Amino acid sequence: MKRLLTLLRKRPSLQAWLLLLPAAFWLFVFFIAPLGIVLIYSFLERGTYGGVVWHFTLDNYRRTFDPLYLNTFLRSFYIAAVTTVVTLLLGYPLAYYIASRPPKRRGTLVLALMIPFWTNFLVRTYAWLTMLRTHTGLINVTLMSLGIIHKPLPLFGNDFAIVIGLVYGWLPDMVLPIYATLERLDPSLLEAAMDLYASGPKVFRKVIWPLSLPGVVAGSMLVFIPSLGAFVTPAILGGGKALMIGNIISNQFLAAHDWPFGAALSFVMMAVMLVATLVYFRITSGEERRQL
Amino acid sequence: MTVRASSRRSNLARLKKRLAEFSFTTYGVLGYLFLYLPIIILVVFSFNDSRSTALWAGFSTRWYVAMAHDHQIILSLWNSLFVAMVSTTLAVIIGTLAALAMERYRFWGKLMMDAVLYLPIIIPDIAMAIMLLIFFDVSGIGFEPWRVNFFGVHLAVPYSVIIGHVAFNISFVAVVVRARLAQMDQVLEEAAQDLYADPWRTFWRVTFPMLLPGILGGALLAFTLSMDDFVITFFTSGAGFNTLPVRVFGMIKKGVTPKINAVSTLMLLFSLMLVAISLILSRGGEEDTSTNIVL
Repeated sequence: MKRLLTLLRKRPSLQAWLLLLPAAFWLFVFFIAPLGIVLIYSFLERGTYGGVVWHFTLDNYRRTFDPLYLNTFLRSFYIAAVTTVVTLLLGYPLAYYIASRPPKRRGTLVLALMIPFWTNFLVRTYAWLTMLRTHTGLINVTLMSLGIIHKPLPLFGNDFAIVIGLVYGWLPDMVLPIYATLERLDPSLLEAAMDLYASGPKVFRKVIWPLSLPGVVAGSMLVFIPSLGAFVTPAILGGGKALMIGNIISNQFLAAHDWPFGAALSFVMMAVMLVATLVYFRITSGEERRQL
Repeated sequence: MTVRASSRRSNLARLKKRLAEFSFTTYGVLGYLFLYLPIIILVVFSFNDSRSTALWAGFSTRWYVAMAHDHQIILSLWNSLFVAMVSTTLAVIIGTLAALAMERYRFWGKLMMDAVLYLPIIIPDIAMAIMLLIFFDVSGIGFEPWRVNFFGVHLAVPYSVIIGHVAFNISFVAVVVRARLAQMDQVLEEAAQDLYADPWRTFWRVTFPMLLPGILGGALLAFTLSMDDFVITFFTSGAGFNTLPVRVFGMIKKGVTPKINAVSTLMLLFSLMLVAISLILSRGGEEDTSTNIVL
């Protein structure tokens, strides 16, 4: 025991691994190992009654390029991209608004932004369900009773509803990183630009926007990735018709019992996320270089 | 340029500036309205005296009464609380130890552990959910229930759910505690060691009290994430086990009623309570650092 202690004292890296042991155990057994198993599963054949047959195949990956699934992939990508752009357009001015308030008000406004965000995602999605539903939703019921419209608007069970749900769900994820970069912005830079007779839009384009770009990149990634992998939002607001890749994956497990295909789909989804992230970083860092 | 023209121009500039400021403030107000209106409407219709969530028919608390009499909902609430408590406790211990190792040591394999710790945060929850589902199915462990008497309520909670919640919560706790450790001044720890306190004593008397706001912050985040999780619980629980979000999802699939609004309002209140606690804690944390500076 004593020898062990002296050994520990002499070897700090041993101490570190002793502290890490529980986390390493838990994450390797219950995270990395499952990841490996799913990867293996994605190359196996499905069994007749669920389960798998241990026979190597690339068919699952080939099937993800079947027009049926490829379309869902493209639509999910499109929905996630539109969601990201809309949150950026709505979120950037909001972040700017918060950053331009006096410091004391900023804290309150950031907190006010966080409170809906701390509310359960399912609850927030359900709130939109009660408003968007075609015949019994608040918006259509109100507009029709006021005589403004005579036929309910198609607000539910389509991509529009999903985008609204996702934008609402992830807006704070966009605002907070942008706000963080804007808040750190040195006011003397703006004054210098104004002194040099730069117009308002020019100050924004040449000074504010390039400096806030790291926040825009972070916010976009924080919105795009969960939007692409969305499951709850399309399940509730898609009305069983408009589906995204997350629903197709879950169907392989809940209904179709084709686990290997579900595994392959989720790996393709994660690959798309990885590639999108890399490309996005590439583009924006290039833009940053050009702007500076 | 005459004096008059220049003063007119500055008037115009002032007007433009005020107009810009006004439209800006309007935008801010609309932005916050967009965030809050759906939630307010949700709460309002939980008090509706009819089955509709769109037409107001007078005030009533009958949906709250219906909720309180729904055994499934009450049971799922207890399940949620139990899973959150157990997984938070485990994740806080494991995550804090990991944070100490990652922030205070240089060692072989650190970069790899960094990646392993961040992965559960960035991976989409649907992917993590099916990973765990397949793992529990293949290994044959996890789905059997942990039978427990929790404050007089008999629960049967699958181990798989708790294991999954701990797996994603370790990373979040580690991130929060690491942030606190990185901020902390090591001078006090060094002073303690100069005064011949052994490492054990230094940790419990100096490091731990300073770290406590970070640990509590991590615990609060883990508890919230666990209470809120739907996707991972849904896939790893097997049939027949409900946490509150899983139950709510099932109810939504069956049809919209103000009873779901009532349950949602309850969950909303619970989140608000957690926000309030975290605010009080972070204020305490600030005082802590200020006294540190005074010392």
